[in-house]
Amino acid sequence: MTMIFGIPLQAFMGQLLIGLINGSFYALLSLGLAVIFGLLRVINFAHGAQYMLGAFVAMLMLQYFGINYWFALILAPIVVGLFGAVIERLLLSRLYKLDHLYGLLFTFGLALTIEGTFRYLYGSSGQPYAPPPALTGATNLGFMFLPNYRGWVVVVSLIACIGTWLLIEKTKLGAYLRAATENPTLVQAFGVNVPMLLTLTYALGAGLAAFAGVLAAPVYQVSPLMGSNIIIVVFAVVVVGGMGSIMGAILTGYMLGIAEGLTKVFYPEASNIVIFVIMAIVLLIRPAGLFGRDA
Amino acid sequence: MSHVVHSTTTTTTTTNTARTGRSATASKAYAAFLGIGLVLLIVAPMFFYPIFLMKLLCFALFACAFNLLLGYTGLLSFGHATFFGGAAYFTAHVTKEWGVTPEIGILIGVAGAAMLGLVMGFFAIRRQGIYFAMITLALSQMFFFFCLQASFTHGEDGIQSVPRGHLFGFIDLADTTSMYYFVLAVFLIGMIVIWRFINSPFGMILKSIRENEQRAISLGYSVARYKLGAFVMSAALAGMAGGTKALVFQFATLTDVGWQMSGEVILMTLLGGIGTLIGPIFGAGLVVTLQNYLATSQFPVTIITGVVFMVCVLLFRRGIIGEFYASRLGRKLGFEHRR
Repeated sequence: MTMIFGIPLQAFMGQLLIGLINGSFYALLSLGLAVIFGLLRVINFAHGAQYMLGAFVAMLMLQYFGINYWFALILAPIVVGLFGAVIERLLLSRLYKLDHLYGLLFTFGLALTIEGTFRYLYGSSGQPYAPPPALTGATNLGFMFLPNYRGWVVVVSLIACIGTWLLIEKTKLGAYLRAATENPTLVQAFGVNVPMLLTLTYALGAGLAAFAGVLAAPVYQVSPLMGSNIIIVVFAVVVVGGMGSIMGAILTGYMLGIAEGLTKVFYPEASNIVIFVIMAIVLLIRPAGLFGRDA
Repeated sequence: MSHVVHSTTTTTTTTNTARTGRSATASKAYAAFLGIGLVLLIVAPMFFYPIFLMKLLCFALFACAFNLLLGYTGLLSFGHATFFGGAAYFTAHVTKEWGVTPEIGILIGVAGAAMLGLVMGFFAIRRQGIYFAMITLALSQMFFFFCLQASFTHGEDGIQSVPRGHLFGFIDLADTTSMYYFVLAVFLIGMIVIWRFINSPFGMILKSIRENEQRAISLGYSVARYKLGAFVMSAALAGMAGGTKALVFQFATLTDVGWQMSGEVILMTLLGGIGTLIGPIFGAGLVVTLQNYLATSQFPVTIITGVVFMVCVLLFRRGIIGEFYASRLGRKLGFEHRR
């Protein structure tokens, strides 16, 4: 058997793949956080809950309406995005004039409410969600077996990340968004409907989180707790990357996911704290974050 | 934030009443409330279940310690469970395994919490605002995983059947009444320390940092050092509450170090009134009562907590005591309100 650094290649590549998959979710979620923060100046604590909602909506759609994975991948983000838009319009928008911390506290309350409700209705234990038949099985890459679904997750989340980046950096809507980030009053004076833009942004962020949730549903189990477990790690990712740049958020997500996977190979005990340790080191060396402008 | 408040808080030569921002009537009203409150606390165990009262006092002190940071320095920590739960573990461990007396046990808990506060504060004060909150949350989660894996915490089981021991070696705290008055004493000591701290020149400088950090820097204050000082102080007092709680319930578990606990203490403070001395006590009282009430029902506390959070942030940002100070009666009594 081929060995790498005294570890069987098979195990090494396996953990690397898990790291890459976790990294995909970190990237998708921190990307959404960065997009929302950029325009709304709100740290969306409910991001984890919206990720969990995505997975649950997909599962419930299958249970009650027989809607399959492929439609769920499109419908669940729309449902959660609409939910986000309603929340933003009715409640969150009242807090923009206040200290940013109130936005964090409000979305924290929202996250608790959503998580509590689903725990009340469905219990704390996870429920399985089968991957679509087209993506079951594994491919032999010569040096390892790649489960098809996991390969799909990596590819499609990369596409989603790059798509969002293109949307924001290269389209007219993205140009409005970026302009409103710099100076909302001036953009509004030019006749752009900034409040609508804010609602759209929040819905987009929530939808991205739900998209990640649907992708995650067959990999992990669908559980009410899946959101709060991941959101704190994503916060650390955001601190490491800094929220100034979209690409920065994506790259940091993947990097830290892989770092976590590799730690699992070499020193498993530290695998669930390695991201926090990296965060602490980055704070010492570059307090503004790897890609951050000092805010 | 208003510059009027700022100028009074940074002038160290003003009289005592001006410094605390209260008029003479307010001071009298305050003294009256204080007296009534003390009498109520002393006679309370005759009317209420003492364990419930002790829990309430522990959480009230915890919330007041947290408010020292949020209300008086303007820093939102999302990681205070680390100090509360960490101290609970330290106190439980030393009283159970080393057999030290309860007061030494709590002091060790306080020292441990202060050390944790020094480390977390060292990293967290490098960023401000929202980042500060996220960093404290992440570091606190790291401590949670440490507690999950470390051997002395006994993982999921926690440290069970911690002896309450003999205070100073001769007062048996297994007796509930003695224990209650011991907890009350700890609470009052903690409150006096907090009161003294926020009315000291150090506390004044903290308020000036809260009102206008740039100006505090330009006045020559080493803001980072003051923030770290406040962080350690708040952590130590939170540890005092946590260590005491470990003795009251005779166990220390992972619940005390989880992020939900950090969220709870924020809610208590928000509900009672951020930046008021006694507000968090009322906030803690409400939350603890609610939890007790719901503990027997099937309905999960999390939903209520979340909804109360949202309602507070949207409609009720001054909190109970803040609203009272801003009300007609409060103003008549001469209280000032801010925010």
